[in-house]
Amino acid sequence: MSEYLISARGLTKKFGDFTAVNGIDFDVSKGESFGLLGPNGAGKSTVMRMIGATSQRNAGDLTILGKDPERNGPQIRAHLGVVPQQDSLDMHLSVSENLYIYGRYFGLPRKFVKGKIEELLTFAQLEEKRDAKVEALSGGMKRRLTIARALVSEPEILMLDEPTTGLDPQARHILWDRLFRLKEQGVTLVITTHFMDEAEQLCDRLIVMDKGTIMAEGSPASLIKDYSTKEVLEVRFGSDRNQEVADKLRAMCERIEELPDRVLMYTEDGESLLEKIYASGLHPKTSLVRRSSLEDVFLRLTGRTLIE
Amino acid sequence: MSIPTIRQGSLQLVDAAKAQSRGALYVAEARIRTMAKWIGIIFAIAIANPVLYLISVGIGLGGLIDKSVGSVGVDGVKYLTFLAPALLAQAAIQGTMDETVFPTIEGFKWNRTFYSMNSTPLSGAQISIGVFLAALFRASYTVLLYFGVMWAFGALESPHAWLAIPTSIFAGASFGALMQSVAAKLEDENYFFVVLGRFIMMPLFLFSGTFFPLTSMPFFLQWIGWISPLWHATELGRYLTYGHAISSTLMWVHFAVLVTMLISGLILSAHFFTKRLAK
Repeated sequence: MSEYLISARGLTKKFGDFTAVNGIDFDVSKGESFGLLGPNGAGKSTVMRMIGATSQRNAGDLTILGKDPERNGPQIRAHLGVVPQQDSLDMHLSVSENLYIYGRYFGLPRKFVKGKIEELLTFAQLEEKRDAKVEALSGGMKRRLTIARALVSEPEILMLDEPTTGLDPQARHILWDRLFRLKEQGVTLVITTHFMDEAEQLCDRLIVMDKGTIMAEGSPASLIKDYSTKEVLEVRFGSDRNQEVADKLRAMCERIEELPDRVLMYTEDGESLLEKIYASGLHPKTSLVRRSSLEDVFLRLTGRTLIE
Repeated sequence: MSIPTIRQGSLQLVDAAKAQSRGALYVAEARIRTMAKWIGIIFAIAIANPVLYLISVGIGLGGLIDKSVGSVGVDGVKYLTFLAPALLAQAAIQGTMDETVFPTIEGFKWNRTFYSMNSTPLSGAQISIGVFLAALFRASYTVLLYFGVMWAFGALESPHAWLAIPTSIFAGASFGALMQSVAAKLEDENYFFVVLGRFIMMPLFLFSGTFFPLTSMPFFLQWIGWISPLWHATELGRYLTYGHAISSTLMWVHFAVLVTMLISGLILSAHFFTKRLAK
């Protein structure tokens, strides 16, 4: 087995004339938390389905746990835990039954699965819901159950496709807490997301994807260092005036991005830049100094925001 | 409360070869568990259907027919004896339909459960066969209950009446397999159920020699029976239960039609499942 759990070279997937994934390279090591960041339609889920050994590539090489998914799909899937974008739980069965049948799909002995269910219900904070029908659960609970389900076989790699999309902030934080614990425990994670805060919190290393290609790769901190400034000053002059003042603002700092509702100014020191703006006679309606994030990296790389 | 440590031990824990060899059985196990949730309804249908038919058609209409044909009988026997194998086969067909068509559309579209099954060692073909096996289990359960009701009504005068049980399940299996493959191809099910109910199930039930010999119908309508698993299974059932006269050639034809439907249904279904999951 190679030193990497996952290794892709020139990985390509086409749907008819449309190239969803266009010759990408990446590796994932054991114990690493690896992220795929990009907007909807970037090809993240397609990559996940190829790693998940359910969708076959059109070109390039892909090795998962030392095996080729084209020839050894079931053998690879036996050691993966997959959390798909849509929960796809069995709505007719209870919480614990969902865990039970999923464990059985891996050929796990009944007795082992029963013990495992207790552990996973605790992990997912669903002890009190064990006999509840899945239909009655909240979105956050369903998501936690789907994650617990993926862990029933003690997988070598846990794959999460957009784990917190569609959840309210509170449910999202509970989920992040659980995922962060998994990361701390050294579980190998592969996560796709279009939330930069999620990628920053959960990923050791990530690739930024757009239109089926990799735009950049690195740790969240190194990406921010390489592609953005330390701080960002956000100023609003009102929708009509933003463009008018943009040229003046551009001269004052390294780089600006004009968004429909505001202007982002990239700088090492946001407060002094703001003073400079006031000194020049310009008076923004609102202003905000913040640290650079992956959102800024993405904007720099593609000229677009992650959530459009 | 302490939060359990999540282990990564699947390389020791999961026996991929075992999971692969028994996959279809695991799927069937899960399906039967789901069915158990509405076992009450399944039971009620299996009892209420024959009770209603046997009272209205069997005793009501049958009484009238038996009186008018006298000792000649219908096909040489009492009307209920003639009718029994057809009703049983129809019940099996309905039962397998319910447990192949609905779970298939649900698995691909409504809940997408097949996709989560497919992210385990299970293959598309195993999921397809598992769903089919569970449907067969349901059909057998229904047919046995139905048979029990017939017996209670005294509708089973032939000592070989029980032989209609396997022929009925055979009919259910053939039609169920075929319909499962159709369901696996469906992207939009809205019109499907309208067409299925009114233009497929209803004519098959009425024109498959169910209530009267197929030959009593105008020739240009008899083809419905020829392509109907219900007719083929009913003919076999009638032959086995009361010695309904058919040539040995025709008997083999009935058998061959049902086997062909069954096998092609299973192969197509496995193929469509695999393709759709790999999209």
